[in-house]
Amino acid sequence: MDVVAHTLLKDILQFSTQGFDMATVSPALDTHGHTDDHSHAHHEQSFIAKYVFSLDHKIIGIQFLMTTLIMLMVGGALALAVRWQLAFPWENMPVVGQLFGLFRSEGGQISPEFYTMLFTMHASVMIFLVIIPILAGAFGNFLIPLQIGTDDMAFPALNMLSYWFMWPAIVCFGCSFFVAGGTAGPGNGWTSYPLLSDLPQAAPGSGAPQTFWLLGLTLVGISSMMGSVNYLTTIINMRAPGMTLFRMPLTIWSMFITAILQAFALPVLTAAGFMLLFDRLNSILPTDIHSVFFIPANIIVNNAAPTVGGGQPLLWQHLFWFYSHPAVYIMLLPAMGMVSDMLACMSRKPVFGYKPMVYSMAAIAGLGFIVWGHHMFTSGMNPALGMTFMTSTMMIALPSAIKVFNWIGTIWGGDLKFNAVMLNCSGFVAMFIVGGLSGIFMAAVPVDIYFHDTYFIVAHFHYILFGTTLFGVFAAIQFWFPKMFGREMNDTVQKWHFALSFIGFNCTFFPMHLLGIAGMPRRYADPYLHGYLEHLLPMNRFITVSAIVMGFAQFLLLGNFFYSIFRGKKVGRNPWNANGLEWTAPSPPGHGNFDIAPVVYRGPYEYSSPEAEAIGQDYILQTVPHVKGVPKLAKH
Amino acid sequence: MKKFWALFFFFWPTVAIIVCAIAPSRGWWFPGAPMSRTGIQIDGLFYLILIIVTITFVGTQYVLGYALWRGATKDPREKAFFSHGSHKLEIIWTIVPSFILVFISLSQLDVLAEIRVISKFPEKSTKVAEVKARQFEWRIRYPKPGTELTTEENPGDLYFVNELHVPTGKPVIVNLRTQDVQHAFFSPQLRVKQDAVPGLVIPIWFDVLEVGTYDLVCAELCGWGHYKMKARIVAQSQSSVDKYLTQLTADQNADGTKSEAAKSGE
Ligand code: HEM
Ligand SMILES: [Cu+2]
Ligand SMILES: [Cu+2]
Repeated sequence: MDVVAHTLLKDILQFSTQGFDMATVSPALDTHGHTDDHSHAHHEQSFIAKYVFSLDHKIIGIQFLMTTLIMLMVGGALALAVRWQLAFPWENMPVVGQLFGLFRSEGGQISPEFYTMLFTMHASVMIFLVIIPILAGAFGNFLIPLQIGTDDMAFPALNMLSYWFMWPAIVCFGCSFFVAGGTAGPGNGWTSYPLLSDLPQAAPGSGAPQTFWLLGLTLVGISSMMGSVNYLTTIINMRAPGMTLFRMPLTIWSMFITAILQAFALPVLTAAGFMLLFDRLNSILPTDIHSVFFIPANIIVNNAAPTVGGGQPLLWQHLFWFYSHPAVYIMLLPAMGMVSDMLACMSRKPVFGYKPMVYSMAAIAGLGFIVWGHHMFTSGMNPALGMTFMTSTMMIALPSAIKVFNWIGTIWGGDLKFNAVMLNCSGFVAMFIVGGLSGIFMAAVPVDIYFHDTYFIVAHFHYILFGTTLFGVFAAIQFWFPKMFGREMNDTVQKWHFALSFIGFNCTFFPMHLLGIAGMPRRYADPYLHGYLEHLLPMNRFITVSAIVMGFAQFLLLGNFFYSIFRGKKVGRNPWNANGLEWTAPSPPGHGNFDIAPVVYRGPYEYSSPEAEAIGQDYILQTVPHVKGVPKLAKH
Repeated sequence: MKKFWALFFFFWPTVAIIVCAIAPSRGWWFPGAPMSRTGIQIDGLFYLILIIVTITFVGTQYVLGYALWRGATKDPREKAFFSHGSHKLEIIWTIVPSFILVFISLSQLDVLAEIRVISKFPEKSTKVAEVKARQFEWRIRYPKPGTELTTEENPGDLYFVNELHVPTGKPVIVNLRTQDVQHAFFSPQLRVKQDAVPGLVIPIWFDVLEVGTYDLVCAELCGWGHYKMKARIVAQSQSSVDKYLTQLTADQNADGTKSEAAKSGE
């Protein structure tokens, strides 16, 4: 590219961004991907500054993505160990068993303590180190500035910190697993109910591990909070000219609402975590002083002296679920937003009912704050509260249903592209239906009395967190991969990955509904000790085999991902013919994102619109000015 | 290939339905018929929801499959149908599900009140025992025959571990508590579940319909031995329960000296 063209571009830019802060735009000129030697002289950054302690939201997003993909494999391995025990109780694990033998589980046999640690760490890793950071951290970071048309986050340094606080959290979770040599650890479930998690003598050896676990929880909380503040500020203040709220892609809406949920719910969990830490002070420091927030009087654990106190263990459950119910939506809403974007693009149609989609997300977020008690129907709380929570929980199924209908409406009559993105998104919708419907059984208190803490619940939340969110993520990885790396992923491999994951997933988790109906409690190291569960062993074996197939299928994704970073087919700015602002930037965008500062003229979903047809396409970028001769649409 | 993928989305819900349909005959269903009156009601509500959910499941999945099928079979020259949505449809699919959901909620209230609201417990129910959970067993305390169960332990109370005897055919109340961490009293055949919360004494009631032995397991993570809190609920006629308690008294009082007196419970 010669100097003339470059200056020309600069002029156009200056022209089109009058009144727009040039300082934020001009760096784009230097590194927008063209080989322009003088620009690199200006901005020579060391490898460390560029890829490690980067302030660039795209790099941070990719860092989050890589980290969470690794954590996904760790969490998956833990899950397979859990499944091994349920299929072949007390038998030595082949190969991997020797590995676990490292930390003394009798030569590969899983001990009951170790079993509790396995499911606790599986859930903690998956929730706090995979699902939450992959949605908000990876895709939130990568997409927000690009989709609203700005050069970076409002607070780039805070953004970098939010990534780097993940690592101490990972270290803490790791310590909690290994600190006692793997013989004892935080075996209290991800819900960490006191008193089991409160009195160290209740689970011998859980002193330091449980403390590390709580610190890890606090640290991921800090990381999320820094992200939320950043996203809220960025979305409110830094939208490109013309990007009104109702022209924002649903991805941005979902990130925005998620950030609000985080910002308001997280402090409660952090406070509860500290309360628990204070209760446990005497197991951390050589002191007799500790609080008794959750410790009632006269509790005799493991023949120790009776406790002195006046606390209430149920308080923890209220505080925990006050965060963790909104948190389950934190683990879902961004995927909902992204899938809406992708479904519209792959159906070449506008999202059906854009505003109802926004309102239903807002309703989910609002109602999400008043349903936490549905996790406590059998806890002994006042039955009048149970009725209230039942009704509010039923009501939250309503916006979920509306979203499903709108997704189907989006596909309906579309010019469908049957690529793996589309398949994963359709899988997302199909699986969300199952998860939402099983939720209704458990929202009904009398029925939940039977289902609470059985495998029915395990089925329910895996349908939502894995079947829904992760399938959405699989689609999103492939969809935005070209923007991240300038190359595309192999679609055939992705289709195989989808087919194997989808079949493996359903064979793994659908039968769990039946296990739940058969009354199999969750978190049992050996259910077959009980006569009424003995006959479920074959089904559990089937589930384990399916889970292993599904686990190995993930190597297709990883392989394709890393191969395509280096060898994938190179693509241009807009390989999917999509409408969003991110597709006007180079692939990958340089530092500062946009070489032509975007100005927005319409909503993000005008696929196959009359305007698009007038310019001979089935899509029309948000930055294209109004096409002359086409009547303006009343809406959008 | 497009058609294959569309069929894929018809295929799997069909398999799911078939699996559910054959599940009861393969033993992948409830552990036997409900053995308490509230259990029968719970099962009734379950089947009510199951019907509604199955209809919704089949409807939505097949419409999704059909939408994909239309996309797979349409003339490639045909353009996508341009529409931003429909107010009428939005209103319909907001109102209809909300009525269904409210209906489901309302249908639960009576049973919920019956099970949980203490003032609605059956009038003629007897407090038979206290069940105190601890790591990792169930300690049963019966009041001394002829006396009332109280929260405090009384001299002459009878103790046993992991076996609870209750009379059939009448509502009984059990006081549930825990000595250490949280546990949950779960009897799958009776469809009874209640957490035992440290610091609280929670009464639960149920009536066992038939003589038999039912499982009592723990449904709240309570430590490494959570899975092994295995106990039984022995439901028998009132006279058998009385006999059992007499025997228990005798066993508890037996000291090897005045064996006759001990047997009669003096
Ligand atoms: C249609 C709306 C939904 C309804 C009516 C619903 C209802 C419920 C109920 C009542 C429970 C408690 C069951 C029990 O412990 O006895 C539950 C558990 C759970 N739900 Fe949902 N849910 C819905 C959607 C979701 C969504 C969207 C997510 C996640 C994104 C989710 C994730 C979870 C998780 C993780 C648990 C289990 C937590 C645990 O005990 O470890 N649910 N759900
Ligand atoms: Cu919830
Ligand atoms: Cu337990």
